[in-house]
Amino acid sequence: MSTLTPDNIISRIASALPNARVELVNNPSPSAQHALLVHRDDALQVAEFLRDDPELLLDYASDVSGVDYPEYLEAVYHLYSIRRKTGPITLKLRTGNRTDDARVPSLTPVWKSAEFQEREAYDLLGIRFEGHPDLRRLLMWDEFEDHPLRKDYVAPEDYEYEPTPHGAVAQKATAARAQ
Amino acid sequence: MTDEALKSELEKRGIFVTSLEDLYNWGRKNSLWPMQFGLACCAIEMIAAAAARFDMARFGAEVFRPSPRQADLMLVAGTVTKKMAPLVVRLYNQMPEPKYVIAMGACAISGGPFKEGYNVLKGIDRYIPVDVYIPGCPPRPEALLEGLITLQKKIEKQRLFGKTLPRHADPEAPTSYPVPAYGPHDLEPAYNPKVFCPPCPNTRE
Repeated sequence: MSTLTPDNIISRIASALPNARVELVNNPSPSAQHALLVHRDDALQVAEFLRDDPELLLDYASDVSGVDYPEYLEAVYHLYSIRRKTGPITLKLRTGNRTDDARVPSLTPVWKSAEFQEREAYDLLGIRFEGHPDLRRLLMWDEFEDHPLRKDYVAPEDYEYEPTPHGAVAQKATAARAQ
Repeated sequence: MTDEALKSELEKRGIFVTSLEDLYNWGRKNSLWPMQFGLACCAIEMIAAAAARFDMARFGAEVFRPSPRQADLMLVAGTVTKKMAPLVVRLYNQMPEPKYVIAMGACAISGGPFKEGYNVLKGIDRYIPVDVYIPGCPPRPEALLEGLITLQKKIEKQRLFGKTLPRHADPEAPTSYPVPAYGPHDLEPAYNPKVFCPPCPNTRE
């Protein structure tokens, strides 16, 4: 198992792919699940290396999730090796910004199981996965234009009075009563 | 046949008198055919109510039909997402008259715990008329049976002639309702104003 610490993986990547930009993102919590932050332009070749390297053999992406940060969006992949019974290794990709450059390369060509989860991250957070074979919305309808899990998403104004208002609902109820 | 005292007096002497209307209502209230579809966890309770332990067959509603064309009771059992709502309204429109709707569970009534979310319809009564509401999250099978009996009592009282006609016997009342469209931010319209009126905040004072 010693080969699977993120430090060792980074040194293996550095020896095999000297031009790939990979950083270690430390997780200070007790779980200490440190992550590999891969520059998006090198993501595809690093992912192929992680999958095919005989020491690593990370052949299964169990989970793809999206994170909304103030400056960028992040796609997080959790990788396991079924054959070596190791994992998870966390792989992170960051977009350029949140608006016109919200792009990362799709890793579906490397791990087929990422297909629906990348569609979900595109649907709910608006991360555009370039090279995805079928990048449509997964949960919301096709005509929907927003990305509802972004922090700046505003739900359509459809206020309905509740008999026991509380919090933001109480404020809306007061405002509606004043009208 | 409106003299209830005479009717019960005759029944004591072994003579049963009824009206065509009562006979007709008695027949259809004891043979409600629900549509076989479930939307979320309430459907599991609906299945339990139909199965052996609670046995909805005791009330004549065990024939779950897989087609809206053969059903006359729509059990909206579970969370109606905005993506699903147009399909539920279309299924309702495809049912033959007389047809009834039971909104089962907090989500079908009002959106329930997802009411302030972005993807759940705030109650199916925004688009189609609901006859019986069953609260609960999810309601137990006993509650569903209670709702079914409430609907049977409602059907029993429906007068088919005269001035106060039920919806299905009224030639003016619509038999189908507009199907909402998928909009860029929400369903369009967000509710059907002929069916649903948002509660007024001033009624509380």
